[in-house]
Amino acid sequence: MIDLPFIWAALIAFAVLAYVLFDGFDLGIGILFPCFAAERERDQAMTSVAPVWDGNETWLVLGGGGLMAAFPLAYAVALPALYAPITAMLLGLIFRGVAFEFRFRSTRRKFLWDWAFAGGSTLAAFAQGIALGALVQGVPVEGRAYAGGWWDWLTWFSLLTGVALLIGYGLLGATWLIWKTSGALQQKAFSLAFSTGVGTLALIALVSLIMPFLDPIFRQRWFTWPNIAYAAPVPILVAISAFVLISGLAKRWERAPFLAAVALFVLSYVGLGISFYPFILPPSLTIWDAAAPASSLRFLLVGAVVLIPLILTYTAWSYWVFRGKISPDARYH
Amino acid sequence: MEPFDALTLARLQFAFTISFHIIFPAFTIGLASYLAVLEGLWLITGRAVFLAVFNYWKKIFAISFGMGVVSGIVMSYQFGTNWSVFADKTGPILGPLLGYEVMSAFFLEAGFLGVMLFGMDRVGKGLHCFATVMVAGGTLLSAFWILAANSWMQTPTGYASNAAGQFVPADWWAVIFNPSFPYRLVHMVLAAYLTTAFVVGGVGALHLLADRRNESARLMFSMAMWMAALVAPLQVVAGDLHGLNTLQHQPAKIAAMEGHWETRAGQPLILFGWPSMAAETTRYAVELPKLGSLILTHDVNGTVKGLKAWPPQERPNATIVFWSFRIMVGVGVLMLLAGAWSLLQRYRRQLIGSTALLRFAVLMSPAGFIAVLAGWITTEVGRQPYTVYGLLRTAQSHSPIDAAAVGASLLAFIAVYLAAFGAGAFYMLRLMLQAPQLDEPDIEKGLPQRAAGITPASALGDVAAARQK
Repeated sequence: MIDLPFIWAALIAFAVLAYVLFDGFDLGIGILFPCFAAERERDQAMTSVAPVWDGNETWLVLGGGGLMAAFPLAYAVALPALYAPITAMLLGLIFRGVAFEFRFRSTRRKFLWDWAFAGGSTLAAFAQGIALGALVQGVPVEGRAYAGGWWDWLTWFSLLTGVALLIGYGLLGATWLIWKTSGALQQKAFSLAFSTGVGTLALIALVSLIMPFLDPIFRQRWFTWPNIAYAAPVPILVAISAFVLISGLAKRWERAPFLAAVALFVLSYVGLGISFYPFILPPSLTIWDAAAPASSLRFLLVGAVVLIPLILTYTAWSYWVFRGKISPDARYH
Repeated sequence: MEPFDALTLARLQFAFTISFHIIFPAFTIGLASYLAVLEGLWLITGRAVFLAVFNYWKKIFAISFGMGVVSGIVMSYQFGTNWSVFADKTGPILGPLLGYEVMSAFFLEAGFLGVMLFGMDRVGKGLHCFATVMVAGGTLLSAFWILAANSWMQTPTGYASNAAGQFVPADWWAVIFNPSFPYRLVHMVLAAYLTTAFVVGGVGALHLLADRRNESARLMFSMAMWMAALVAPLQVVAGDLHGLNTLQHQPAKIAAMEGHWETRAGQPLILFGWPSMAAETTRYAVELPKLGSLILTHDVNGTVKGLKAWPPQERPNATIVFWSFRIMVGVGVLMLLAGAWSLLQRYRRQLIGSTALLRFAVLMSPAGFIAVLAGWITTEVGRQPYTVYGLLRTAQSHSPIDAAAVGASLLAFIAVYLAAFGAGAFYMLRLMLQAPQLDEPDIEKGLPQRAAGITPASALGDVAAARQK
């Protein structure tokens, strides 16, 4: 008998990770936007993601829609618990999403859309980080509903994870620009990648140190035998990725920093997965508690098995079409 | 019910965000298909005017599509934030339908949109046209799944209940192809096509009024008027069938649309009036005897139920539904008139000769949006007080969340939507006010250079060249 809830937990985890990586670098460009010189550098930075941001953001819709389909109870508990950060994220995504088109259409008010893009990206990223921190700290459940207040998400820990994600996305954005641009903008991206890289590593370390003290479950997950043997490669690989990132930046490698930043995100994500499993919403709901009936999971799985590889194929094709460096005088008409 | 409790605020928030959202898909479904047709015609005939009109509308499409995406993300999370009980209970059925929408439609649109907008120089005409067709196909698939989900909420079939009180699928075919789905799908897709046709026709007419020789404007106007002439009558038939289907499955909605209170044989057709929920009567009614029964039952003495057949707490708000329905029908009649008028002018070989028709077409440009909004208000208010018709009440669907949270987020959504989408409407209108040119430029100027310099071999070549200097 196949364990459908487990498969769906893996698929949704994959969708959320895909979202974090894909939208992470284009949100990161928004977060760093005020650091770039008006017009030319900003045009190049935006042009480097204009053809793909839309597809990147669709993973967020898959994460939400997939959660409602496969784990309706988790969806119904988590979203009211995260009411304010989710709303802030949506509003931020609106501003930065429309800015792509409006900025190039505007003549006199371009600076307004620069701010909408930067502010919206920053707000969305910060809100996502807060939401993550709030989930890590646990969500109270009574019956089949969220049982806390609408400010419960606000803690020093969730603010810390908010800042961590903000800086982490900044690192993804900076390293993406190293890959995709040249000249002065690329030089700026190198120095931004260095500062956001150091910041990201420090915050990964800090959050990792705090987490075992938040909940005995996390401690047990990481520090008991044999879990410790399975989990040990994660921090070791983080150290290797950190080394590649910093030395790659020092040696002015163009692609390794981005890949190292991606690796840091994947590893942090795996680390969170180790802490959460088998809960989808610690400390109350496991994957199996929250799962939809098998008939729902099976029906959507058929589509996912066929469509997700197809999506990845044409997404890869679209990235391939727009490969190469952005021309320094890039400007969408 | 207090005036501003969490439920009322959540309903207001849903009404506000969905009304804004539906405007964009209503336009982009039709426009994506129109772009695919234009590009196809350009590939087949090689005539520059098709490419010119394609490039003109592509820029407008890009803005509209972006707004549709961001306002759509809001919808997919709002089920959880404000309607968590509904999400928990219907998730096993509606979740997979939305999941299919994301995987089969949203990714398809978004994945090929970049190539469609910026990729003409990079992939060549054939592949570019393929990308446009994929975007158009994505918008139609999206309509398929979301209307299946909405129709299931209106006419639920193929479900069972589990111990946790959730609706669970018993027969997926019956869930998707529920009784009202085919009618709603056809009605909405035709509505989207008409919406686009009247925008395109209005813009063409506007520029023809300035210059009758503008070839691009002539093409727009002619194609749009063909669409109006052919699809508006089809829409009347589709709407009638949809209405009869509603009479069968949601008779209370029909009673509200018609302003009927008493159940009787030979119902009149009330043209105008003011249905009063408190007085349980339609005031100031201007009516034609027996015509209501004739239209609804195809029999002058057919019996049609009135709202009093249901207890007051089961009745939808007839004041709203009665009028939103009349606005939709009224706009539909004007569309029919525009199509017929254009046929007459064509027959006289004077399609663009009539200034009056051109002016009428300009006035009709927003007609589709008005009709779509009025139609959705009719069907959504008309299925109250339920979210899942007859099974789950709206008042039992919302999240256990403070009214203050819902109210604050509602205000934030209103402020942000008015600012962001107001600006978007301004940019779209500004583009539409520019006369289309025969050498209409593409939007892709200056995007990433073709990848000549990035393959490892040539990169090495560059390094070698640099060292030699």
